[in-house]
Amino acid sequence: MNGFGRVALAIISREFLRYVHQRERFIAALVRPLVWLLIFAAGFRATLGLSIIPPYQTYITYETYIVPGLCAMVLLFNGMQSSLSLVYDREMGSMRLLLTSPFPRWWLLFCRLFGATAISILQVYTFLIIAALFGIKMPTVGYIAVLPALVLAGLMLGALGLVLSSLIKQLENFAGVMNFVIFPMFFMSSALYPLWRIGESSPLLRDICALNPFTYAVELIRFSLYLQINWIALAWVLVSAFILSAVALWGYEPSRGLMKRKV
Amino acid sequence: MAKGLTVRDLSFDYGPKRALDRVSFALDQGMFCALLGPNGAGKSTLVSLMTRLLVAPEGDISIAGHDLRHAPRQALAELGVVFQQPTLDLNLTVRQNLSYFAALHGLPASEVDGRIDMALGQLDMSERAGEKVGKLNGGHRRRMELARALLHQPKVLLLDEPTVGLDAAARHAITDHVHALAKDGMSVLWTTHLTDEVRDDDHLLVLHQGRILADGTTGELRGNAKLSDWFLDQTKVAS
Repeated sequence: MNGFGRVALAIISREFLRYVHQRERFIAALVRPLVWLLIFAAGFRATLGLSIIPPYQTYITYETYIVPGLCAMVLLFNGMQSSLSLVYDREMGSMRLLLTSPFPRWWLLFCRLFGATAISILQVYTFLIIAALFGIKMPTVGYIAVLPALVLAGLMLGALGLVLSSLIKQLENFAGVMNFVIFPMFFMSSALYPLWRIGESSPLLRDICALNPFTYAVELIRFSLYLQINWIALAWVLVSAFILSAVALWGYEPSRGLMKRKV
Repeated sequence: MAKGLTVRDLSFDYGPKRALDRVSFALDQGMFCALLGPNGAGKSTLVSLMTRLLVAPEGDISIAGHDLRHAPRQALAELGVVFQQPTLDLNLTVRQNLSYFAALHGLPASEVDGRIDMALGQLDMSERAGEKVGKLNGGHRRRMELARALLHQPKVLLLDEPTVGLDAAARHAITDHVHALAKDGMSVLWTTHLTDEVRDDDHLLVLHQGRILADGTTGELRGNAKLSDWFLDQTKVAS
């Protein structure tokens, strides 16, 4: 293995080790979507009727509808959690260790991003298994087919976390920023209700939701679970991931102003 | 050009505030140089620039003959750094922390264990290899930071106030060890605001308000005055 491979392995294993030491994080990441699935969805299944829309070919229960959105929710929260730990690392000094490695900064940040995404995916699969145990099942092959979609969506949301971590000055400011990112992203998307339903109440809100990259992460996952590719969602996720990664790299560039305040 | 550390005409601003103003100095191979400056003198900014956490629009830095701006990989590979802030993961063991750092420097897996054993052995830390860093006392953690900085066998060692928070014995142990490293050929830049850490035969740089006020051998610079008095006079005159 060459130096780049060793760096990648070290950063990814460190992310896993850190994760293993934070069991409460694992439990919190699972409880959140399960509460939505088993309590919220159960309560709302009678209220929110759904018509047959792609990729579904028959009527589905509300619980089945929100599973892809909750998978994306796990990825979103983990992306933010990773961003939080980056800010923590910067305050603690371990970020200095990472950034003073002789390897290119883009590679170091990508490894970090990839490690965080791998952990997110592990959590998504744990969630899917628990959902299946409660009878909310997806097509069997869909569990494998969804993996590339989870990787892409995870990288996009992780890159968003990187961007935020480069903007946030101190750990204390984190909670406020999260409120302005996580909740609008999640609720203004197709995670909990299809866009046509939102459009019935407010066409403007539907149009805003249609611009939200998180909507496309959800749809990419939803279609993949049913062995289909939503090309528009794929393009949106790819373009968003690329733009967010470029902004994150800019944010961590040593000659830029953003780094000046924090090192 | 000196093969140790060379800084030439380095300036840096935080918005309208000038943090470093045309700073220049050179460290030869095997030189122990103390960079003395009061709080806010610009020491941390200088360290950030020398480690490429920041990049200055003006000036050059060369580490072991490698220009930091144009050949950052080669330059950083020759630089060992002990930061003022702790960089270790408290939940991991000493060996796990050092292995992580060794990988960040791309050291071959076959060499890592041997280098860790050697670095820990030099600092009398061998028996701590399996302990979690969170269980080590402050002195041992600083020694471990030093072991970490030496793992890739750098030619230049940069220490940013490495003895902050340590008792007298731990401070002595670390200063003695780093002086020995300089005698063995390593170029050392030791930033501090504590005059008692500087010896007469050390090279001394005084940084104040972003400018170098003095550059020479400590004994010659201070003459008959106590170093602390001489240092206070220098910074008072400059203010």
